[in-house]
Amino acid sequence: MSRRTLAVVSAGLSQPSSTRLLADQLAAATGDELAGRGEQVDVHHIDLREHAHDVVNHLLTGFPSESLRAILDTVTGADGLIAVTPIFNASYNGLFKSFFDLIEAEALVDRPVLIAATGGTARHSLALEHALRPLFAYLHAVVVPTAVFAAPEDWSGGAAEGALRARIERSAAELAEQVHRRPPSTGPADPFALTTNFEDLLGRRDT
Amino acid sequence: MQFGVFTVGDVTVDPTTGREPTEHERIKAMVTIALKAEEVGLDVFATGEHHNPPFVPSSPTTMLGYIAARTKRLLLSTSTTLITTNDPVKIAEDYAMLQHLADGRVDLMMGRGNTGPVYPWFGQDIRNGIPLAIENYDLLRRLWREDVVDWKGRFRTPLQSFTSTPRPLDGVPPFVWHGSIRSPEIAEQAAYYGDGFFANHIFWPKEHTQRMVGLYRQRFEHYGHGSADQAIVGLGGQVFMRKNSQDAVREFRPYFDNAPVYGHGPSLEEFTRETPLTVGSPQQVIDRTLTFREYVGDYQRQLFLMDHAGLPLKTVLEQLDLLGEEVVPVLRKEFDALRPAHVPEAPTHASLVAAAGGAKDGTVHAVDDVTGKAPEAAR
Repeated sequence: MSRRTLAVVSAGLSQPSSTRLLADQLAAATGDELAGRGEQVDVHHIDLREHAHDVVNHLLTGFPSESLRAILDTVTGADGLIAVTPIFNASYNGLFKSFFDLIEAEALVDRPVLIAATGGTARHSLALEHALRPLFAYLHAVVVPTAVFAAPEDWSGGAAEGALRARIERSAAELAEQVHRRPPSTGPADPFALTTNFEDLLGRRDT
Repeated sequence: MQFGVFTVGDVTVDPTTGREPTEHERIKAMVTIALKAEEVGLDVFATGEHHNPPFVPSSPTTMLGYIAARTKRLLLSTSTTLITTNDPVKIAEDYAMLQHLADGRVDLMMGRGNTGPVYPWFGQDIRNGIPLAIENYDLLRRLWREDVVDWKGRFRTPLQSFTSTPRPLDGVPPFVWHGSIRSPEIAEQAAYYGDGFFANHIFWPKEHTQRMVGLYRQRFEHYGHGSADQAIVGLGGQVFMRKNSQDAVREFRPYFDNAPVYGHGPSLEEFTRETPLTVGSPQQVIDRTLTFREYVGDYQRQLFLMDHAGLPLKTVLEQLDLLGEEVVPVLRKEFDALRPAHVPEAPTHASLVAAAGGAKDGTVHAVDDVTGKAPEAAR
């Protein structure tokens, strides 16, 4: 048995947020699935709304505040990522994209990711496939096959039931399986680590 | 320890008046600032190099040569010299010439430049930034140290029997610093040659500086140039002062809020907390600056950015008065008292000449066209 971390990023803007509600249910289901595979799980919830100013400041200054640095390290150092956004104008909202624009291109390579979204109408559901999946494909993350979209009708009764519940459980099982197959994360990469030898950079070796 | 100012050379609107200086005014202001730096007892003036608006200093040695003629003691440097897009042959020639004119009061800081479009204007590609910095600098070193160079590389035409003239003053090339914010390869490069490392240390959190300097020191020792604490480190810094710290904050805030680089982003309070920027009384600047050595160790050069964000010349000159009269004398005393004896000062022309066993004239005499002999032999 090993200890695993799940980073759960939600970009909902209202409080309470149906995006955060969906994120909570995905995290709980994934936690159960991992526990069933003998893994201990630490879940880190990240509500981007609380870091919105820091996200913009990082875009402008090129470096994160101390608290945003900790959030970015949590995301890039986790064993698995659950990323949930409301759909605005046919895509992820700006806050979600701005946050993931701060992730280094290599930081999520081979990282299991579950993508999910909420929206005012089920007609937005394919935004998951045409916007979120390509974003994480670009980052070379491993996006599980089942993406979860929750429309208003899915919340009737106040919680996910029926078809939405089934999708949550399927995607959670897929994410848990991907996490379980991999060795535990070694944490976020060190951007200041020296990875090259100077003689190689000079082109003097082997010549 | 050396103290000085470094300038980007930007033409920026004064946000409090809406007035934008002309290029001519800005160039003259940079010279005035350099002369003032010497007058108030600072040691170093360094100019940036840029090749696009809103920046004026495209020709650093022209400016530094002029300043050299009008100063006696001031050390002239760069912040930075673009080792990526300049031909290393031209850097070798220009700065050796400057060295002669300034009687050795010259050193340089190498940098890559971070503006993508500049590279193709000089026939290069930003994706080769690090390889260009490494190949060009290695050639530059040889041009200053070997009278006749045969060379072949990736990025410039080969050289055959090339002699860069004039030869470095007294047979000693200018000391070189390498500047980088977060590229470990550049800290490694500085360590490999035993050159200085300069951390920009403005606009970025101190953790970047701490990590980069730590890596440089460790690798400096690895390459056998001395112990880690003997490596030659320089830092930037950015300050704005008034006698009363509230006045400093009130006066600087509109410049901060509208500044290039960080304006319209974090608040002045957030930015002063997260980066080395200090806005307050001279005593606050002294206290903050003394904390720098706690995370980089004893270091040799401290340069301040003073003429940024559209601050008018008159204000900058007042700042330099405060820096020279109230801040630097205290810092000099405190840093000197804290530094152990085995930690060296930054190399100067005089110390490099002494280390080389005295001055040697490096003049290379041409071969006589008719006899094919060197002039001494032909006589």
